[in-house]
Amino acid sequence: MTTTIEVPTATQVHRATQAGIAHKKKARASRALVLPALVFSVILTQVPFLVTIYFSLLNWNQLRPSEIKFAWFKNYAVVFTGPDFLPSLFATVVITGSSVILSLLLGLFFAVLLDRKFVGRGLARTLMITPFLVMPAAAALIWKWSLLDVNVGMVNWALHLVGLSAIAWNTDLPVVTIIMMLTWQYTPFMMLILLAGLQSQSREVLEAASVDGAGPWRTFQWMTLPHLRQYIEIATLLGSIMLLQAFDPIAIMTKGTGGTKTLSYLLYERAFIGLDVGQAAAFGVVTVAVTIGVATIALRTLFKVFINGGER
Amino acid sequence: MRKIRSTLITAATWVLVAIFFFPIAWMVFTSLKTEGDAASIPPKFIAALSFDQYAIVFNRGMGSYLLNSLTASVGSTLLVLLLAIPAAYALSIRPIKRVQDVLFFFISTRFLPAAASILPVFFILKTIGALDNITALGLLYAAMNLPIAVWMMRSFFNEVPLEIVEAAQIDGANLRTELVRVVLPILLPGIAAVALICFIFSWNEYFLATLLTTFQARTTPPFLASFVDGRGQFLAVLSAASTLAVLPVIIAGWVAQKQLVRGLAMGAVK
Repeated sequence: MTTTIEVPTATQVHRATQAGIAHKKKARASRALVLPALVFSVILTQVPFLVTIYFSLLNWNQLRPSEIKFAWFKNYAVVFTGPDFLPSLFATVVITGSSVILSLLLGLFFAVLLDRKFVGRGLARTLMITPFLVMPAAAALIWKWSLLDVNVGMVNWALHLVGLSAIAWNTDLPVVTIIMMLTWQYTPFMMLILLAGLQSQSREVLEAASVDGAGPWRTFQWMTLPHLRQYIEIATLLGSIMLLQAFDPIAIMTKGTGGTKTLSYLLYERAFIGLDVGQAAAFGVVTVAVTIGVATIALRTLFKVFINGGER
Repeated sequence: MRKIRSTLITAATWVLVAIFFFPIAWMVFTSLKTEGDAASIPPKFIAALSFDQYAIVFNRGMGSYLLNSLTASVGSTLLVLLLAIPAAYALSIRPIKRVQDVLFFFISTRFLPAAASILPVFFILKTIGALDNITALGLLYAAMNLPIAVWMMRSFFNEVPLEIVEAAQIDGANLRTELVRVVLPILLPGIAAVALICFIFSWNEYFLATLLTTFQARTTPPFLASFVDGRGQFLAVLSAASTLAVLPVIIAGWVAQKQLVRGLAMGAVK
């Protein structure tokens, strides 16, 4: 018996190294493809944020540009002990939280309604997504002057029809006004994502459930809702991120009065009306911290999806 | 019995959809009225219609603001596609280490509110004399939209069957031909979706536009906001200006509804 030791032939070795080189080449080419996007993103978003942190440590008022001094954490002390921060944080939480919850519930409701087969479903869906397409600044103006105005607004006219007295929405109920506006705008977005979820449900399983005698409500509760969970989570995450940054309706409708001064509006006021750059930067950093706080809670879920979606 | 219930639900659905759509329909209707009719209470549901308000809006120079919006939105969208398509391609099809980390980085920049960077951006632009500059605004919009674009684009790339790419590689297609000839045509609907979403976000952006532009480069949203001075009657002319401002995006959204929905759902879920 002869034992043969497998010695790779020269060609095999050559091929293997070639494959290795090819792989390395490919990897390098791939990195070259990602790099421009990465660099662009870092320069325009991360670097300015680092500079914001630096600004937040300065004593810098635009009225006295010659007196810029390093102030360590003085601005943060002002932020946390001052009278503005807590109400502003509260306003942010109330406005973002209510709008997310309301638009999510309404979005789910509309998604279920528009998932049914009925006459003109396509048109109904088209009309329903439109509020999300409308420029928020234009929507805020139309709501403020044409719908909610105390004298000529349609909503007040409708209230009058049912025997209620007119409401000066912007000044009497500013928080409600902003939440209403944001809910109107974000319900279609939530609906779109949830509708995609409903449509990805397997029809056969639902039919089987109905054959087995499960009523529509039970089927919804035990099969559809669990299936939708992932979609609800993502809709909540994306909705929260976008709504946390909502600025347009507040700037246009209430100017931050009556409990609508959210963190992003407060920052704007400090920097561009109050002219205190250092303090505004500190507010900016705190705003980011709050956003990250909200996002991390939601991100854990997202990350799960990420891992699942990351492999192919 | 079942049929009656179903009809009732359909009717209720239509009523609710009509309520949601009402503000937009009312805006368009008001824009065609005279100022007197627009401000009348009880509201006039039948009125003489004309395009006079649109003429007034253009006389106040809205054309140049619309043009600025168009420049910033189209320019930034093209730049985003140019950067996002290769990046997403590498993240999906080409071997690269730490795909997760890179993806995570991109999406995390989206969580950074504009508040995080607006101050340095403002002072840097002021120093280099690029405030009120449409190119600067477009670049910022590109940075704002890039993460979503990479993320969405990658989900579309994930749908390209690997066999096709491999077949192209065996054929000896080099990187560029592989990307341009083989993968791109399959992706066109996805690219359209990403482009549309980037366009919408840029066109509607208000915060940066208000702070970084004054006159030369001012886009439509801040122009609209400064349009109302609260004196006299302005409802009809405001509605006309708003209709013009929202029309391009609404039409684009309606025409490309399928892509839009697919894009949002894909970007969101995958």
